[in-house]
Amino acid sequence: MQQIPKEMFQPASVDLSEAEKISKPSLSYWKDVSIRFRKNKLAMFGLVLLVILVFMAIFGPYMTKYDYATNDLMSTNQPPSAKHWFGTDELGRDVFARTWYGARISLFIGLAAALIDLFIGVLWGGIAGFRGGKTDEVMMRIADILWAVPYLLLVILLMVILGQGLGTMILAMTITGWINMARIVRGQVLQLKNQEYVLAAQTLGASTSRIMFKHLIPNAMGPILVTLTLTIPSAIFTEAFLSYLGLGVPQPLASWGTMASEGVQALQYYPWRLFFPATFICLTIFAFNVVGDGLRDALDPRLRK
Amino acid sequence: MAEKQKLIEIKNLKQYFNVGNGQVIKAVDGVTFDIYKGETLGLVGESGCGKSTTGRTIIGLYQATAGEVLFNGVSVHAKKSAKELKELKRKMQMIFQDPYASLNPRMTVADIIAEGIDIHGLAKTKEERMKRVYELLETVGLNREHANRYPHEFSGGQRQRIGIARALAVEPEFVIADEPISALDVSIQAQVVNLMKRLQREKGLTYLFIAHDLSMVKYISDRIGVMYFGKMVELAEAEELYRNPIHPYTKSLLSAIPHPDPEIERTRRRTIYDPSQHNYKEGEQLEFREVALGHFVLCSEEEYKKYKAMYS
Repeated sequence: MQQIPKEMFQPASVDLSEAEKISKPSLSYWKDVSIRFRKNKLAMFGLVLLVILVFMAIFGPYMTKYDYATNDLMSTNQPPSAKHWFGTDELGRDVFARTWYGARISLFIGLAAALIDLFIGVLWGGIAGFRGGKTDEVMMRIADILWAVPYLLLVILLMVILGQGLGTMILAMTITGWINMARIVRGQVLQLKNQEYVLAAQTLGASTSRIMFKHLIPNAMGPILVTLTLTIPSAIFTEAFLSYLGLGVPQPLASWGTMASEGVQALQYYPWRLFFPATFICLTIFAFNVVGDGLRDALDPRLRK
Repeated sequence: MAEKQKLIEIKNLKQYFNVGNGQVIKAVDGVTFDIYKGETLGLVGESGCGKSTTGRTIIGLYQATAGEVLFNGVSVHAKKSAKELKELKRKMQMIFQDPYASLNPRMTVADIIAEGIDIHGLAKTKEERMKRVYELLETVGLNREHANRYPHEFSGGQRQRIGIARALAVEPEFVIADEPISALDVSIQAQVVNLMKRLQREKGLTYLFIAHDLSMVKYISDRIGVMYFGKMVELAEAEELYRNPIHPYTKSLLSAIPHPDPEIERTRRRTIYDPSQHNYKEGEQLEFREVALGHFVLCSEEEYKKYKAMYS
């Protein structure tokens, strides 16, 4: 073996401050999430679809010269053509205009219901989970009782008392809708509140609201966001379902649900009247579901590479 | 230490947990001891013997079932105004066991360290706040570039030092270290313990050091308390405890320390502790008695005489 002469060795300089260096660029939590989300092709497709749908809901009604409510009895039940892109319905109203107008109502109902669910659910579940003991017991039993009320009966009762309309619809959905969110948040809070960083905040003298909003809710954001994105399609679906039963928004307002419900009566002769609203209901629900799925994967720190 | 000033007095502290079905777990069952200003009191014992619960009850994370904890003569658990409570919380801080769970993953290091500063309003301006954060980072041997990073980017030892910086931010007098090194690599353990020793010298801190690593406890502690099933069985100066263990459980615990010398290690025999060996009679009073100066043992009247005779 060849001898290595002593002169060839050089003492390495050890700089202790170098040992503490982190060379990886600093990534905030949300940057990390967005990188992982963008890697998920299906979720990205869903997101693009959603953007298009929202864009059309906002600008769609202005793209055609027809109004969603104006009857034109000279051209009823027209098939899709250059004049009426999605055809017309039995009163000669332009289906293209009505579809995008309906998109506004459907998406609005979905978003409003989901946001109200979010607000009530996070507060209710957060307080129940954090306080624990008797408070938790009482609050969750109230939720259980509400959950046990037959949903359709409740909706029909509300419709009878308050009259049909957008507000009633949203109220009907949120009166039991928040329970799901509350349960998820409660579970998360129960799990997180014994984490040492919460104990550390307590020993520092942090107030309950500070612990709630700085420590518990940010760390439960993943499941909350996922539940939120899955609440929206279920609200849209419920709206369509209620409309189908004739409990939807009143005429001449259009929602995808009421349009589908009317379209089904003319299915044999004028199938496009069902086709368009039904397709968009499906697309929207699909898009929200894949985005929700993608978010769940992206938000889960266990999948962090 | 010329004169010993009591900083914390713990009197007959009890912490029971109701686990349902009418069952009660006596996690801490009548513990009495004092902690003097500027000293390090080590607390050792096997897993589940109530060391951590004692620490958490002292700092007020749990409401004590019975007994009293006095900090500078002020009761920790008595009802107080929000202001008094805040003032008290500022003076007592805690370093946690798991460096991975003790830092909020959604906050930057600067926000974590400044949490106490924010809560107690210790910095008037943003610049002052950041200045404090940089100072604290440097105190624990990290640099200011770390301030804007997130906890997951750090190693266990670094995280533990961030936890120490967070506790120091409010300038406490008393720090409870709840197994601060047991989750760390051996080479990093020394680093963290030496940091704690240095901080104690510089800032005159008082520590309650909870651990189950006996050699590390001996290294850092002035006095050591041994706990067994919710009770303190022996309390003495560190050297004294190692030289003259009296309670059979302490003897058993000390016999479990591995020896670096292989010759001795080969012949080392563990003494097994069996609680029934005391043969306590019905109605015999077990008390914490001072066998020698500053050396307390949990024993019966009869044992006390025996120990006393053995000692002299």
